Amino acid sequence: MASRTDRRGWHARIVVLLPYLWLALFFLAPFLIVLKISLSQAALAQPPYLPVFDLAAGWAGLKEFAAQLSADSFRLLASDIIYLLSYLKSLEVAAVSTAILVLIGYPVAYGIARAPRAWQPLLVMAVILPFWTSFLIRVYAWINILQRDGLFNEVLLRLHVIDVPVAWLSSDTAIYIGVVYSYLPFMVLPLYATLEKMDGSLLEAAADLGCPRWKAFWLVTFPLSLPGLAAGALLCFIPIVGEFVIPDLLGGSETLMIGQTLWTEFFSNRDWPVASAIAIALLMLLLAPILFYERLQKRSLQGDA
Amino acid sequence: MPHGASRFNVVSVALGLAFLYLPITILVVYSFNASRLVTLWGGWSLAWYRELLRDDAVLEAAWISLRVAFVSATAATILGTLAAIVLARMGRFRGRLLFSGMIYAPLVMPEVITGLSLLLLFVALNVDRGFWTVVIAHVTLTMCFVTVIVQSRLADFDRSLEEAAMDLGCPPFRTFLAVTLPLIAPAIAAGWMLAFSLSLDDLVIASFTTGPGATTLPIRIYSEVRMGVKPEINAVCTIMIAIVALGTIAASLLTKRGAARRDRAALGAQV
Repeated sequence: MASRTDRRGWHARIVVLLPYLWLALFFLAPFLIVLKISLSQAALAQPPYLPVFDLAAGWAGLKEFAAQLSADSFRLLASDIIYLLSYLKSLEVAAVSTAILVLIGYPVAYGIARAPRAWQPLLVMAVILPFWTSFLIRVYAWINILQRDGLFNEVLLRLHVIDVPVAWLSSDTAIYIGVVYSYLPFMVLPLYATLEKMDGSLLEAAADLGCPRWKAFWLVTFPLSLPGLAAGALLCFIPIVGEFVIPDLLGGSETLMIGQTLWTEFFSNRDWPVASAIAIALLMLLLAPILFYERLQKRSLQGDA
Repeated sequence: MPHGASRFNVVSVALGLAFLYLPITILVVYSFNASRLVTLWGGWSLAWYRELLRDDAVLEAAWISLRVAFVSATAATILGTLAAIVLARMGRFRGRLLFSGMIYAPLVMPEVITGLSLLLLFVALNVDRGFWTVVIAHVTLTMCFVTVIVQSRLADFDRSLEEAAMDLGCPPFRTFLAVTLPLIAPAIAAGWMLAFSLSLDDLVIASFTTGPGATTLPIRIYSEVRMGVKPEINAVCTIMIAIVALGTIAASLLTKRGAARRDRAALGAQV
């Protein structure tokens, strides 16, 4: 492989460098800036934080800059219970919705994988299509349904399940409905991809040996589908923890999810250092699942993990 | 996986699809409702679409969104395809681990973090925020999706085709143009479409990185939606859904033709 690397011409180098530099500049470098600002202090200035890094001041400026850095924002995060509650709420919503997503998504993916081969592309397409329509639209669709004089209450009233309209919006129930609805394709697709690839002769062997179908499912199909299940669960869990749009439009105002807290600190309170500190803390929280997800991705795409 | 769906399989797929489509269908139907109230059906009407055509703010935002989506999807497709070639064909090189890490992390990174970090970068670099900062942010987000799509296609197809061309003395760059590119073209097209629709869809990252004069459609819709349900918004959403549906169907027809050709070739190889 090494000799091949050396023979590569200038365009091979450009092929590597272009996307590499782009991501280094616009994905990696910004995190360092977030880290730096999380150690700054809020100020009534433009930009609204201190100290401002000044390259022109040279070494002395750098020393002064370093001396002014503080962990105040992180201390605030640790001392004010609001932030802790916000993190816990996000984890709770993400964990519970991921569990619901598995319960709903698995039968759907399994059903599609067992459908006649000619039907499968059409069914997969039917699952993907809503994912291509705007996230915002899908959340908005639920506001239509869940509002006090919306269809959901109407149907429940007609069926005499409830006697008075229920306020579904601004509640955790609405958040769960919105999250599960929006993320369902992310759960179904990786699961389907794993189930579809599965070697059918294993199940035939189990059936030949007299294993009932449900037992074969638990002993053969389910364990073999675990990589797809893990990929789907992470693909849902990680972004849900940082979710902003769904809880903001469907949820209540008692306990905010961490994405909303970050948003509020940044846009309403204009406290950039605290918003950055929240982002850093959130990133630390998600680092392990993100790395785990990357390993799964690499294994499934490159087969060289 | 053996085929032969049980009743349980059929019911679960049917319920799953109903869950996915019912809310969207309701939204579309009510965009044609003559009455302003959601519960009241006042007969079919195009009133909200007419209202929409008079709403300059929404039209302006839609035009900005389309331009952002077009430019960023195109740039993201180029960068994302290059990255896919690096990951699928370049073997090992220094910094590969970091590279693949930077490709997969944005796929799951919460949007508030990506948005905040890009905004702080633009502030640190003293860049005026507006159209181009949103474009840069969207390129960064969507190129990774393009990479994943193109990379899985590159991993799928028969490498001996490329090797044959090179053995016959075709230089690598021409091999890429003559052999590889036509084979991965459907994946590149699909990647572009996904990048386009992700950009058109994004609210959070655009909110952080936008500036004066660059209010995108989702930002506009979001500020309206916070006030409650409005039939005009249903009309905007219906139009967007129609565009996406048509685009997806066109794309799937494209890739299906490619897939049929591929299957025939594979069959020929087996015989």
